[in-house]
Amino acid sequence: MSTAKTRTHHHAHHYESATHEYDTSKQGMWLFLVTEILMFGGLFVGYAYFHHIFPEIFKIGSTFTDWRLGAANTVVLLFSSLTMALGIYYTQMNDRSKARLMLLITILCGAVFMVIKYFEYSHKIHLGLMPGSWYTADAQAVLEHAKEKFPGLTEIPSNLPLYFSFYYMMTGLHGIHVMIGMGLIFWIWLRMGRGWYGKDHYTGVEGVGLFWHLIDLIWIYLFPLLYLVT
Amino acid sequence: MAHAATHHEGTNYLNHERGLWSWLTTLDHKRIGILYFITVFFFFFIGGIFALLIRTELFKTGVTVMGPETYNQVFTYHGAVMVFLVIIPGIPAFLGNFFLPIQIGAKDVAFPRLNLMSWYCLILGAVFAVSSLFVGGADTGWTFYTPYSISLKPGVVLMVVGAFIAGFSSILTGLNFIATVHKLRAPGMTMNRIPLFIWALYSTSIIQILATPVLAITLLLIAAENIFQIGFFDPALGGDPVLFQHFFWFYSHPAVYIMILPAFGVISELIAAFSRKTIFGYTAIAYSSLAIAAVSFFVWGHHMFVSGQSEVAGVLFSVLTMLVGVPTAIKLFNWIATLYKASINLASPMLFALGFLFLFTIGGVTGIFLATTALDVHLHDTYFVVAHFHYVMVGGTLMALVGGLYYWFPKMFGRMVNETLGRVSFFFIFAGFNVTFFPQFVLGAKGMPRRYFDYLPEFEHLNQISTIGSYMIGIGFVVVFIAVIHALLKGEKAGDNPWGAKTLEWTTSSPPPHENFLKTPIVTAGPYEYR
Repeated sequence: MSTAKTRTHHHAHHYESATHEYDTSKQGMWLFLVTEILMFGGLFVGYAYFHHIFPEIFKIGSTFTDWRLGAANTVVLLFSSLTMALGIYYTQMNDRSKARLMLLITILCGAVFMVIKYFEYSHKIHLGLMPGSWYTADAQAVLEHAKEKFPGLTEIPSNLPLYFSFYYMMTGLHGIHVMIGMGLIFWIWLRMGRGWYGKDHYTGVEGVGLFWHLIDLIWIYLFPLLYLVT
Repeated sequence: MAHAATHHEGTNYLNHERGLWSWLTTLDHKRIGILYFITVFFFFFIGGIFALLIRTELFKTGVTVMGPETYNQVFTYHGAVMVFLVIIPGIPAFLGNFFLPIQIGAKDVAFPRLNLMSWYCLILGAVFAVSSLFVGGADTGWTFYTPYSISLKPGVVLMVVGAFIAGFSSILTGLNFIATVHKLRAPGMTMNRIPLFIWALYSTSIIQILATPVLAITLLLIAAENIFQIGFFDPALGGDPVLFQHFFWFYSHPAVYIMILPAFGVISELIAAFSRKTIFGYTAIAYSSLAIAAVSFFVWGHHMFVSGQSEVAGVLFSVLTMLVGVPTAIKLFNWIATLYKASINLASPMLFALGFLFLFTIGGVTGIFLATTALDVHLHDTYFVVAHFHYVMVGGTLMALVGGLYYWFPKMFGRMVNETLGRVSFFFIFAGFNVTFFPQFVLGAKGMPRRYFDYLPEFEHLNQISTIGSYMIGIGFVVVFIAVIHALLKGEKAGDNPWGAKTLEWTTSSPPPHENFLKTPIVTAGPYEYR
């Protein structure tokens, strides 16, 4: 890595210039992010709808999430957005070794996020708090737990598993995106090690960065919706 | 304008590279268009066989050629194949891919690799959908209504996963087209000079990227319902099956415009070229495409008038749906105004365009009937609905697809389609279509429900007429197939501009060179400057 060679990027044959290609790619990426938002949008609409008719299951269900873990993950992802942005900045400054360090930290943050998620998932699975008909949690234990926050509660609504369906679908789809994002950043990291990207060509870094920020942004909505319901 | 047909050392996109591998890895939008051409027509053939099986079964009451279980699967595969693998990719991914860059003077689409990937998504989706046949098949209809579709059938899971993957083909094509139209227009090709086919594809692309992701999550949820029983749509687990209908139609109604808007674009091109007259109301036609795309997102509830949605919602959706008629009628009136005092050339592509005007009008106006809540309660889920959407999808989109194929065939392959074969195919398709589907309006109004395996004896005559008509359509498409093969093998050589049309694709050679134009065109006039 000491003799960092720089590869020059030739813009594709159907563009007039590298800037032309860059502008177009960036627009394509934004359009792609629109489709991502709409895909998650379906889940958000479903959440809003069921939250409207069964607010109690979301209140009770969320007592089984640990807001401290959720908050920790929020901080981790927000920090990773900063390092991602710095990665783009250093690429633009032509400082590839610093840029690669930033990308590596971003990937690590993603990994920390997933590890925390893993502990949260396994705790819930251990208690039998599964989605839909896989739900096997002990009704009495659930009631006792929920009573800590809602003392007046006398019984658990029968469709409580629906909350966990939302929990797993929303965080699951988000988690898949985190892993895809980590893979993409790793790919950028590898290519940068081989001399790609620099002050004249950082389209790939910026595109992956946009994707990563979106993942972060979606989590910022998921966190209050699933952890901070009152 | 006419670039003399200097075939640059005789090379064009077809012989620029050779071998099957060069086709499967091509990044050339024209070749990808041809890949879609083959794919779409292959699946049209499959879907068509299912259609003929349906009509054959309905020729008589009782069991004719298959039992009710098989029948349910056959109409499901007919619908799913025709919607997801034929009509949605039909015009945009085939004709659009080939002509969108050429018509705006670009060398390729914005993202050629993504374009190729879109085709592989379609193929992979199709493989999943077809593989469902080997695990018991799907019998839910193409609409996958819950709770029936979440009753743990592996066939349904594979089918929805197939549609999910094919959906990405649609999303990525739309994304590619929007970026191409925004960024790759030739010098002088302002947005007010792009051909109306481009406006139509552009509007379609907007729907593709805004609506298809919602289908993606919906299908994902159906798969999750089957695999994990998550219960969103399952009343037994506290979920709501009607929520599925909202999700599904939020995509699938705009999807109807994904299917018809590109056809409008083709018709605009055909009417202008064969009227030899500047199109009447360019701006109105262009913006009405955008208007249809916008309104399309607010009408989904008209599929659910009898689902128990609130009356207020019903009335709103009814009014909004009728609103779609306004931009659509604007198009139709402008096309008719273009025909007025024009030098009309009744070549076979134009016959399909005129056939479109006739059939689509019937399809569109019966849509207004169905948008009327009181009438819809009677007609909902009857053959009236079947006839209505076939008038739009077949009488509209497929007529435009075949017309567009005949029109652009000389450009794509450098050979003319035989005019007699073209006319014969038009006769069989147009006549057969009316014989098949007009009786279904009557059957529906009399109360024959759709998707039923059997019917009351008094419906038999009209059903028999309908079945005979479907065979005529079948013959018509066999003639289309023969015409294409004949043209490829023995077609008369086409010049650069056999129709004397004015859009950019006719200024390059037939077939076009690898990068579409030997020299990037500089545009100084609108697309339809005839007289």
